[in-house]
Amino acid sequence: MSDSYLDLRRKLTERDRSLHEKVVSLEQAAALVKDGETVGIGGSTLSRTPMAMVWALIRARKKRLTCARGITSSEGDWLFGSGACDHMITSWFSQGIVWGVSKVMRHYTEQGLARFDEWSHMAMGMRFRAGAMGVPFLPMRSMLGSDVVRQRPEVREMECPFTGDKLLLVPALNPDVALIHVQRCDAYGNAQMDGLQFLDIDLAMAATRVILTTERIVSNGQIRRVPDQTKIPFFAVEAVVEVPFGCAPHECSGVNEPLFKHMDYYTSLVNKEPVKGMAEYLDRYVYGPKSWTEYLNLLGLDHLLEAAKGGRSVSNA
Amino acid sequence: MSSTAAHYTASELLAVMSSRLLKDGQIVFAGVGIPLLAATLAQGTHCPGLTILFEGGVIGPVIEPGKLPPSTNEQRCTVRANMVLASTDVLLLLQRGYVDIGFMGGAQIDQYGNLNSSFIGDPAHPKTRLPGTGGGNDIASLAQMIVAMKHEKRRFVEEVDFVTSPGFLRGGTSRRDSGLLAGGMYRVVTDLGIFGFDEQTRRMKIVALHDGVSIEQVQDNTGFKLEPARDVEVTKRPTERELEFLRKLDPERLYTA
Repeated sequence: MSDSYLDLRRKLTERDRSLHEKVVSLEQAAALVKDGETVGIGGSTLSRTPMAMVWALIRARKKRLTCARGITSSEGDWLFGSGACDHMITSWFSQGIVWGVSKVMRHYTEQGLARFDEWSHMAMGMRFRAGAMGVPFLPMRSMLGSDVVRQRPEVREMECPFTGDKLLLVPALNPDVALIHVQRCDAYGNAQMDGLQFLDIDLAMAATRVILTTERIVSNGQIRRVPDQTKIPFFAVEAVVEVPFGCAPHECSGVNEPLFKHMDYYTSLVNKEPVKGMAEYLDRYVYGPKSWTEYLNLLGLDHLLEAAKGGRSVSNA
Repeated sequence: MSSTAAHYTASELLAVMSSRLLKDGQIVFAGVGIPLLAATLAQGTHCPGLTILFEGGVIGPVIEPGKLPPSTNEQRCTVRANMVLASTDVLLLLQRGYVDIGFMGGAQIDQYGNLNSSFIGDPAHPKTRLPGTGGGNDIASLAQMIVAMKHEKRRFVEEVDFVTSPGFLRGGTSRRDSGLLAGGMYRVVTDLGIFGFDEQTRRMKIVALHDGVSIEQVQDNTGFKLEPARDVEVTKRPTERELEFLRKLDPERLYTA
């Protein structure tokens, strides 16, 4: 059994972990993800979603990915609808509370075309944390007694050897690759993020490798002036891609609020016709544009700047 | 101004009645919608020292009127907060025991206060796949709960199709026996009244009725037999001050229409 632990360690040593530049294009980064891999997705719901990277994976026609995220929003629709992912591990999956239940998620799960493994949000967090700690599981006190736990053959219940309390053991989740979007990082991958971190730091350290997308690349000197702000160390990172507005139409703290008008349009399109509507959306917005910049153009400069204004002024209270 | 003259929506009634259940100094883990409105209203009235926690990873934000967050995971949740931390760590505050009240909405509830947000029908072949637990299971497993929801027969069922967020499971001591040592359903607030759970059977009972609502009316809108009602109180109608506060908070009526 300990082979898998040694395997996890060995995979880290196979990467060049020196302080070296690793800036690549979205397309080059997408080529680093192999069909069938387990992909951890950073951010939560509509927030700091690595949308440009998900977009690039779909354009690269990835297949059979297993994806894991704390809370899943419309990027999960895209992944199911495009056929890139047939297995989502998450605590909640729909576009967002204001849009009701995702018909795309419903279509793929109810027809048995894709799996949606449901864990509690804390269980997702503890699974990434166990992965980051290099231990095979962590104990926790929720999910016990519910039907959520009855759907999860991966877990075990145990009596605490010290207190006798009943505990739930959730297994470590060590994705092959983590996709994380940050506000800034240097060319080596030292990443600083503003606002909510969600599960991202545990996810980064649990994964075998990290692909960072960033609003901007800053100098290593800037990073070193405030090293307490660095949340992901360079040696965990395999590639860095500079993608301004890389979370659109989702939000990025201090950069932009969600592009609500586009989300309204998108959800009305795919929730009306989860297959045809999604195909139409993917053709127009994912496969159609020549570049991420052209995708942003389709969202509209007015809409983007309006969202940016909201994001930049959110802490003006 | 006479409070009895006030007109209000069912959602406003839910928000006001739930806010009155909160006590000053409490730490409240709140979902968006009615729970957040109610917790913010409580802060503005009788609970100036109440602290709100959000699942995204936020301790003690200030909710700006007209800028309600669309979920508990967006940057609007962090405005003027005391601290932001990882989602795992804010959820672990529940497990550590810092949270007095977990407060959320509900889609389907049963006689033991179990909530379903995962499946309609058989989970193996569901009629409808719902979005799932999010942090709901963690909150309901680890804290005293207040649930605010519309009172409809199809939502108040004898047994939920799927226990996403545990109430008292199968009643009696079954919650504790399954390993859930703390927390449990405290109150369910609806547009008809306020409900609690019998100490022994752990089945739902009427604690209070809203003005003009009868026990028969409640029973008619409930899909299971409520525990016999004893010492049922009548709630006081929302005041102008409470309603004015809510309307300033949610001017676009996102959650109070």
